[in-house]
Amino acid sequence: MEKTDALLEIRHLKKDYGSADVLRNVSLTVNRGEVVVVIGPSGCGKSTLLRCINGLEPIQSGEILLGGQVLTDGTAKWSQVRQKIGMVFQSYELFPHMTVMENVLLGPLKVQGRKREEAEKMAETLLERVGLLEKKSSFPRQLSGGQKQRVAIVRALMMQPEIMLFDEVTAALDPEMVREVLDVMLELAKGGMTMVIVTHEMQFARAIADRVIFMDAGEIVESGEPEEFFTKPKTERLQRFLNIFTFE
Amino acid sequence: MQDLGISILLDGRNLIRLLEGLWVTVRIALLSVAISMALGVLLGMVMTLKNPITKALSRVYLETVRIMPQLVLLFLVYFGVTKTFGIHLSGEVSAIIVFVFWGTAEMGDLVRGALISIPKHQYESGRALGLTGVQIYRYIIIPQTIRRLLPLAINLATRMVKTTSLIVLIGVVEVLKVGQQIIEANRYTAPSAALWIYGAIFFLYFLVCFPISRLAGRLEKRWQD
Repeated sequence: MEKTDALLEIRHLKKDYGSADVLRNVSLTVNRGEVVVVIGPSGCGKSTLLRCINGLEPIQSGEILLGGQVLTDGTAKWSQVRQKIGMVFQSYELFPHMTVMENVLLGPLKVQGRKREEAEKMAETLLERVGLLEKKSSFPRQLSGGQKQRVAIVRALMMQPEIMLFDEVTAALDPEMVREVLDVMLELAKGGMTMVIVTHEMQFARAIADRVIFMDAGEIVESGEPEEFFTKPKTERLQRFLNIFTFE
Repeated sequence: MQDLGISILLDGRNLIRLLEGLWVTVRIALLSVAISMALGVLLGMVMTLKNPITKALSRVYLETVRIMPQLVLLFLVYFGVTKTFGIHLSGEVSAIIVFVFWGTAEMGDLVRGALISIPKHQYESGRALGLTGVQIYRYIIIPQTIRRLLPLAINLATRMVKTTSLIVLIGVVEVLKVGQQIIEANRYTAPSAALWIYGAIFFLYFLVCFPISRLAGRLEKRWQD
């Protein structure tokens, strides 16, 4: 891959909560259009990694670059940077006092100052694509978990981000709703969106990823193309982790 | 002699006088509630600060208000301050001071509770969208806080309206005092007047408080999520 393809570059990232190291020396490059899936045991730092990328967590040392711009030198305007980084959380976190339409329009209208007419049109297109156009006047409490998560994805997409971060977005869902959310993400990947996905869904990881990364105890232990990653893991730690998910 | 009692209520200006007394009550309550709500919002925001000094101070304030009966506070301000510092405070002003002192503490605690009940993730998803701190408060946090707060605040308001009946004891001529005066004036001719007059006062309080508490109930239903 050529260097110019790199959209997100993380160099020697370190993060701790006081005495506990959460991320130690993590380096990762994500190219434009690439889908990177991060797996690993609970508490390995994978969610924290995502939260560092859009500045929700302060870091101790290292660098994060987005499209060549350094985000971590203290001069970056996060409210502008975050428009380029869409993030979807495990617990959806729609705004409960707003309808679906108001939820997805808040960012475009208030942060980006776009015209309501244009933004509404885009919202309708996106909601249609995730099969929720008829819910546009509903409140979040009237939606199922899977529907809420699809709205949350649309809300992030409305900002026209360059990269999307997904933080265990199906972990809080009932099994029968997982599929509808994953399908939306697969569609996005096919459309060429750059994505970093933290998940426990191994089958899904295999299906969607261009590259899979295994994190353990705050560092990247192994990474590779999904086929090889899952069938011929090189490190013992990854082998042990993958064994948890098989029952033969 | 029951019919004499009711005739006292309708005699001369008696009913008008009761209504005038009610207006004194409502005026004191309205002013106290309005000032308490405004100050309470500020206090509640201060109470969510991590600063140990503001935390300790607001804690002491809140506990003082909770421990001290309102009547003691009323006497303390009306008799104590007047005698000790030679400042003349009318009963009405004393009452407003005490009710604001009390209402601000209670309201502050309600605001604090409502603010900390908003999950941290709501702030985060606002930040993740690129909203600034002010925008997060304006569009996400404050609207949700108000929804949680309003039913509770209205409840507090009705409690304050009811508690104004104590100010009869510091000589303010409000609805209860007017009632007593009417009863006294007719003590020999109409001994049963007390039932009718106090009954009417009960009804007047009901007229003031019931719509307010109904409103609180309806808002609560409409906004529950």
